[in-house]
Amino acid sequence: MTDFITYVIQGIPFGCVFALVAVGLVLTYKTSGVFNLAFGAQAFVAASLYYVLHVRHGWPTLLAFALVVLVISPLLGLLLDVLIFRHLRTASPIAKLVSSLGLLVAVPEIVTILVLGESSTFGVVGIWWNDNALYRFSDYVIDGKEMAIIVSTLLVVLLLGLLFRFAPIGLRMRAVVESPRMTELAGVNADRVSAFSWMLSSLLAGLAGVLLAPLYASLAPQNFTTLLIAAIAAAAFARLTSIPMALVGGLLLGIIQALLSGYLPPASVIAQSVKPTLPFAALFLLLLFWPGLRSAIQNKDPLSGVDPPPDPSVAVTRGRFLTNATRVSGVVVGTGVLLWLLTAATTYWIGIATTAVVLSIVFLSITVITGMAGQVSLCQATFAGVGAFSTAQIVKVLGLSVLPTLLLGAAVAAVVGALLAVPMLRLGGIFLSLGTLAFAVMFDTLLAPLGWVSGGAHPVSVPRPIGFVDDRPFLILCVVVLAIVSVFVIFIRRGTTGRYLTALRGSETAARSIGINPTRIRILAFAVSAGIAGLGGGILAVQKGVAVKEDFGYFYGLFFVVLVVTLMPSTVEGAINAGVGFALVPEVLKLVGVSSSWQFVLFGLGAITYARHPEGVLEFQKGKSLAAIQKRLPARLRGPVPGPTPVPTGGAD
Amino acid sequence: MSLLDAVNITKRFAGITALDAVSMQVESGESVGLIGPNGAGKTTFFNCLLGMLRPDAGSVTFDERDLTRAPVYRRARAGIGRTFQRIELFAGMSVRDHLLVAERCRLGTGRFWKDILNLAAPSGDEKARVLATLELLRLDDVADAPIESLSLGRGRLVEVGRALMTEPKLLLLDEPSSGLDASETAALADTLRAVQSERGTAVLLVEHDVEFVRTFARRLYVLDFGTLIATGATAAVLGSAEVRKAYLGETV
Repeated sequence: MTDFITYVIQGIPFGCVFALVAVGLVLTYKTSGVFNLAFGAQAFVAASLYYVLHVRHGWPTLLAFALVVLVISPLLGLLLDVLIFRHLRTASPIAKLVSSLGLLVAVPEIVTILVLGESSTFGVVGIWWNDNALYRFSDYVIDGKEMAIIVSTLLVVLLLGLLFRFAPIGLRMRAVVESPRMTELAGVNADRVSAFSWMLSSLLAGLAGVLLAPLYASLAPQNFTTLLIAAIAAAAFARLTSIPMALVGGLLLGIIQALLSGYLPPASVIAQSVKPTLPFAALFLLLLFWPGLRSAIQNKDPLSGVDPPPDPSVAVTRGRFLTNATRVSGVVVGTGVLLWLLTAATTYWIGIATTAVVLSIVFLSITVITGMAGQVSLCQATFAGVGAFSTAQIVKVLGLSVLPTLLLGAAVAAVVGALLAVPMLRLGGIFLSLGTLAFAVMFDTLLAPLGWVSGGAHPVSVPRPIGFVDDRPFLILCVVVLAIVSVFVIFIRRGTTGRYLTALRGSETAARSIGINPTRIRILAFAVSAGIAGLGGGILAVQKGVAVKEDFGYFYGLFFVVLVVTLMPSTVEGAINAGVGFALVPEVLKLVGVSSSWQFVLFGLGAITYARHPEGVLEFQKGKSLAAIQKRLPARLRGPVPGPTPVPTGGAD
Repeated sequence: MSLLDAVNITKRFAGITALDAVSMQVESGESVGLIGPNGAGKTTFFNCLLGMLRPDAGSVTFDERDLTRAPVYRRARAGIGRTFQRIELFAGMSVRDHLLVAERCRLGTGRFWKDILNLAAPSGDEKARVLATLELLRLDDVADAPIESLSLGRGRLVEVGRALMTEPKLLLLDEPSSGLDASETAALADTLRAVQSERGTAVLLVEHDVEFVRTFARRLYVLDFGTLIATGATAAVLGSAEVRKAYLGETV
């Protein structure tokens, strides 16, 4: 019994860590309607600035804390609101999620490059007057860092509770989330309210960052990202609405984790992988079984119908002359590059080209699931990993030849995708994205380290298929596979499946009313997408000669989505552009002489534009330049003029 | 046995009884109206018939099949088509594609392997049937226009056409005249009568426009606060004192 109490007390500081971040997520969601994955990035900004001021420049604790948490953090929140989220208020929840995802990818890199630099980030110090002071509770001892977290968390929950209960601004913040337009009609300045919301939640992120940083040996953005994803479980427990419940959820999570590590034999494999997996498994299960969670996000702006529909895609409005000209020049350039690669290019550039082609295949999976089915899946890299590991293991264990095994690997990934889709599709929207994220992290911590999956400490090697061992023939093989998969995707989009998916995106209610079974068609889309990702992952492993788990970590899943969505999520061309970009941008940055980390900044910030240009920035730019070109063409070569005035369509019944 | 037999449908929302044991029968080829003041439960009743809401009690039998627990898409395939009070169209699709999707869905021939082999293009037969419906609804001049470019009135016709492509035995129309002017409403009524005489489709109509109801429906059901307060031939029901009091706001 005393053991039990000791473990419970041990779990409380960690529980408060989860709770603090979860409270931040709930607060942001409640007051801005954004499920703010960038909360982790905001916390990292504050932690880094505090570290630089306090540790490197020797500012006094209080001064550094006040400047970072009370001044800079709210300003950062204001900046995010004014530059980004204010313009997204009427965007869909999923568009807001993607924008915050872009920030999560970009901001820590900016901070690392500009603020922290190359030098070490060890020796993070907390804000308690004596970090190492000890406080005794019967048998267990809490140190100053932990005490600071417990006290701050309780204080924050108390103050926010008072704010929402007694201050008029609390009611206004909720009204702006419900319908900014309605709120403005009622005479409230929605801009000012949302600025206040963002400053408040950013202040909380800053506080969390400064408090949590000393728990880790050094400052690293990954720690904050992983912690953020873990804390989503506590936020989900609170149904994204209740701040006190977020506290309870966080505490439960921390205590259960402490109990597990207390009672499980410390050296066993289960203990080592179960403890880090727990929050993600909890998130996964909560998303599936916690009642009331799904209804939390299904509110819809009653005035959303006043938005104009998106412009038709460039390919539709482009005249035949320009379409042909684009196609011809595309073929000419493509053939030219390929000829150069096959004759003159060095092995180095052939490698880069192969990476571009292989990743284009992986990215086509995002074209299917996001571009066609309209779902943002954050575990495409994991599906690629499933394909890669299955391919490698089947070749090694059964001794099959590589080419047919690639198809088997894709099939395994497709089956995993279909199985995951069954529970995930009940969720939809941002909860589907969070669920796939939880799955990706669970795969990383629980399955990927196992011997029968990735080979554990000794990654499984895969030979190249006979006849394609050299780099040039292998590149040709990859190009052929890419061409086949592209045609496959185009046929699906043109076919019945593609039409049904378009119908479901347009109005699920109406699609069901004519007899479309949404579950069946979406499971199919998930399976196809996972299969394509698995095929690409398998080829990636064959290219490298080995299936390494680090190539398929959850962060890549996030980055892939950010990349494809930024460029052009809905077309095959977009996926190929993304593949080329992924392989080429680091090289270009190297040529210019800046750190290749800037690619994360570039694409991360690009994703922010998703909400304003859901068709992708490339498509948007193409649209603009098309208009300019068409103006100069003689009239007979121009395309049809885009349609006249719109009426609202679709939406929930 | 009636085409549609809904028995004692009851639906409560958080303690409020939206529908209290409402029963309704519709025969093949019949036109029936469902009227009542705002908030009477008309749309809730529609949603219970189509499975968009699960009733707390009661049963729905259609075409001699028990559909009480069937999902929406299965009821649609059994032959219940509907339009929506707040228009629900497929953004980014042409008018023709709206009908083609519904036609393909009715046939159930959209197999995935056909997509992969590029065999999913609409057949001549499908195209002809879509064209016939477009002509019936006088939508053929906008067949290839993007749906966003249509007026509200024609958008409603596209909804009707989409529902008709599934060859419903019963068509549920949820306030088809809302947002239309008088001439558009009259044209819609004419089109519906044409459809009915040509295809023998039964129509259940929820409508506020009393003139529309009077000319279109043979029989009426009147809902008020979730209970049926009257039913019978249109003229008799519209003439009854209780209905005039509840619905038309007249004091007798």
